Amino acid sequence: MSKIIEKAIDQEYKYGFVTDIEQDTLPPGLNEDVIRAISEIKNEPEFMLKWRLKSYRQWLKMEEPTWAKVDYPPIDYQAISYYSAPKKKELNSLDEVDPELLDTYTKLGIPLEEQKMLSGVAVDAVFDSVSVATTFKDELEKHGVIFCPFSEAVQSHPELIKKYLGTVVPHTDNYFAALNSAVFTDGSFVYIPKGVRCPMELSTYFRINAAKTGQFERTLIIADEGSYVSYLEGCTAPMRDENQLHAAVVELVAHEDATIKYSTVQNWYPGDPKTGKGGIYNFVTKRGACLEENSKISWTQVETGSAITWKYPSCILKGDNSVGEFYSVALTNNFQQADTGTKMVHLGKNTKSTIISKGISAGKGQQTYRGGVKIMKNADNARNYSQCDSMLIGEQCGAHTFPYIDVRNPSAQMEHEASTSSIGEDQIYYCNQRGISTEDAVSLIVNGFCKEVFKELPMEFAVEAQKLMEVSLEGAVG
Amino acid sequence: MLEIKNLHVSIDNKKILKGINLTIISGELHAIMGRNGSGKSTLSHVIAGKEGYEIEGEILFNGESLLGKSPEERALAGIFMSFQYPVVISGVNNTYFLKAALNAKLKANGQPELDAMDFLSLIKEKIKLVGMDESYLSRNVNDGFSGGEKKQNEILQLLTLEPTFAILDETDSGLDIDALKIIANGVNQYRNSERGILAITHYQRLLDYMKPDVVHAMIDGKIVKTGDMSLAKELEKKGYSWLID
Ligand SMILES: Nc1ncnc2c1ncn2[C@@H]1O[C@H](COP(=O)(O)OP(=O)(O)OP(=O)(O)O)[C@@H](O)[C@H]1O
Ligand SMILES: [Mg+2]
Repeated sequence: MSKIIEKAIDQEYKYGFVTDIEQDTLPPGLNEDVIRAISEIKNEPEFMLKWRLKSYRQWLKMEEPTWAKVDYPPIDYQAISYYSAPKKKELNSLDEVDPELLDTYTKLGIPLEEQKMLSGVAVDAVFDSVSVATTFKDELEKHGVIFCPFSEAVQSHPELIKKYLGTVVPHTDNYFAALNSAVFTDGSFVYIPKGVRCPMELSTYFRINAAKTGQFERTLIIADEGSYVSYLEGCTAPMRDENQLHAAVVELVAHEDATIKYSTVQNWYPGDPKTGKGGIYNFVTKRGACLEENSKISWTQVETGSAITWKYPSCILKGDNSVGEFYSVALTNNFQQADTGTKMVHLGKNTKSTIISKGISAGKGQQTYRGGVKIMKNADNARNYSQCDSMLIGEQCGAHTFPYIDVRNPSAQMEHEASTSSIGEDQIYYCNQRGISTEDAVSLIVNGFCKEVFKELPMEFAVEAQKLMEVSLEGAVG
Repeated sequence: MLEIKNLHVSIDNKKILKGINLTIISGELHAIMGRNGSGKSTLSHVIAGKEGYEIEGEILFNGESLLGKSPEERALAGIFMSFQYPVVISGVNNTYFLKAALNAKLKANGQPELDAMDFLSLIKEKIKLVGMDESYLSRNVNDGFSGGEKKQNEILQLLTLEPTFAILDETDSGLDIDALKIIANGVNQYRNSERGILAITHYQRLLDYMKPDVVHAMIDGKIVKTGDMSLAKELEKKGYSWLID
């Protein structure tokens, strides 16, 4: 591809503002005292502190993984502050939230204010380390749905936390998960009781604001027998020159006949488009367990941000007839690197998984799809369909695909399709000849490429995702 | 409306067009016939604004120079080209594509854009004119279309966008006898005193339906003979060698 596409790549990050707000921040550094301090600030019961310390000691014994196809200088874990929160706390209503903070959310287009509440989205907003406001609480309570900050759930429902925390992603799982287990500060907690269809989309927005802090949120969603929930998370961060670490853990538990739909629109600051300086390191462990029969977990992700993404939302299909799905659009532009994919582990009979992965690389972006499908011995008649498509825009970017397949039961049916395409100059010319601008042509083609995934997103967020793709690709061609 | 003066075009120092002069007045249909590789498609692309050519000479459209304008600007100024080899755009819905194109034009003209419903009723009318089934609207742009279907789709775009000047580069090639007649009828409906057409073809049959005002014979980057319909008949009978001394 020649001239049109070689031209400078110039992307602007809309969410790069910093909110000027007073913060309570722990000094940088990590040791057992810091963990005790976090636990104390959060007034946690003893079992939580024990678990954190256990995780920390585990983490000390582990090594940072190097198998992912991403390249970054060593992280100094002692230079990071592990707790930062806006000063005013103990909020009962939105009126008490710092107006600066609300202003931030307005800029982010988050429906925190009254009028936007009508849109039917319940929002839990996590600002640096604490959860700021959860809307729609009363309405949800009527249905017995618990949707609250993780730290609140530790206080109000310690029995649920104790029962489920670490059951899907154990504290020993991997380096970043162990670190998260030791220092996580907040996140969301959701419990949907038996037979309840959650009356609205639940949504969390994460934002890293303070400098030199890490964000380690922890989300736990439990869908009890026969229940249904659709959950969406969105993420942004200010533009900063230094890299910031974001190491989250998300655990999903689906009981018999329950369905969890988890959607992510991730737009952390990707770093400076010209130099690659700064940006978020997004090292995330997400996993769902389909514990019992006929349960279903569906991951949909649109990943356009972060300097580095290391993320593999996975499903453990334990219950018979359970279903796991992974729909992903990942975009790397400029200097972004992403190593992402999924893992489907089939344990139960007649389990079924679907993987649709769409990777788009532009600029000097590097992207790796890493997908594992494991069919265990007792998983009779398991089925997997994987489709993994890459699109390249320009000649300096790269796409790599690593499918790992491990089948231990001969009745398994596996289907795998992969393709690589590029946006051809002839396609752009054809569109131009019909009066369509190059930028519109690119978004037309990219949206066409992604539509199988976008259609899995809740309506209002599908539109948002499309716009995000346009912004993220601005100037990628022409 | 279109005036080409002493146009020389080369690619990678290879001369392809060697002094083309051509004037098309509103309402006229000019046909170009010529040997394979004589430069007909190159001429079309140069008018449409494709990149990658070294160009000398002049191309004026309604008195304004086209050279230096992007393909998109030329399209929005009213130039349309039916491609000899229409491009496949996988994943992009045909209707959606056409709607984007029409709305780009409406927007450029300061007219209100059409919403999905209005566009659908418009396109359903237009598609009848080219004899295509409505199912082609929900397919992806030219993806898996047969050779003839691609050409029909080009004419569907022409009839929807209603440009002031249309280049038809071998639109007849690949069309079956019935389709050719339908397409020619469609194009004839598009014609009026304000619109001009440059039709490139190898066969007299299309011209029988379209009745060109002027016919040119092109050999090796030059227009070597210009005449009326009788020239087309002569070329069909004798080929091109008699035109070379
Ligand atoms: N990009 C290119 N690089 C090199 N040569 C080219 C290029 N494009 C066209 N040519 C050459 O220019 C000449 C004219 O090509 P063009 O496509 O205009 O012919 P044409 O008259 O349309 O032929 P046909 O009747 O077969 O469609 C041919 O010899 C062709 O090989
Ligand atoms: Mg040709």
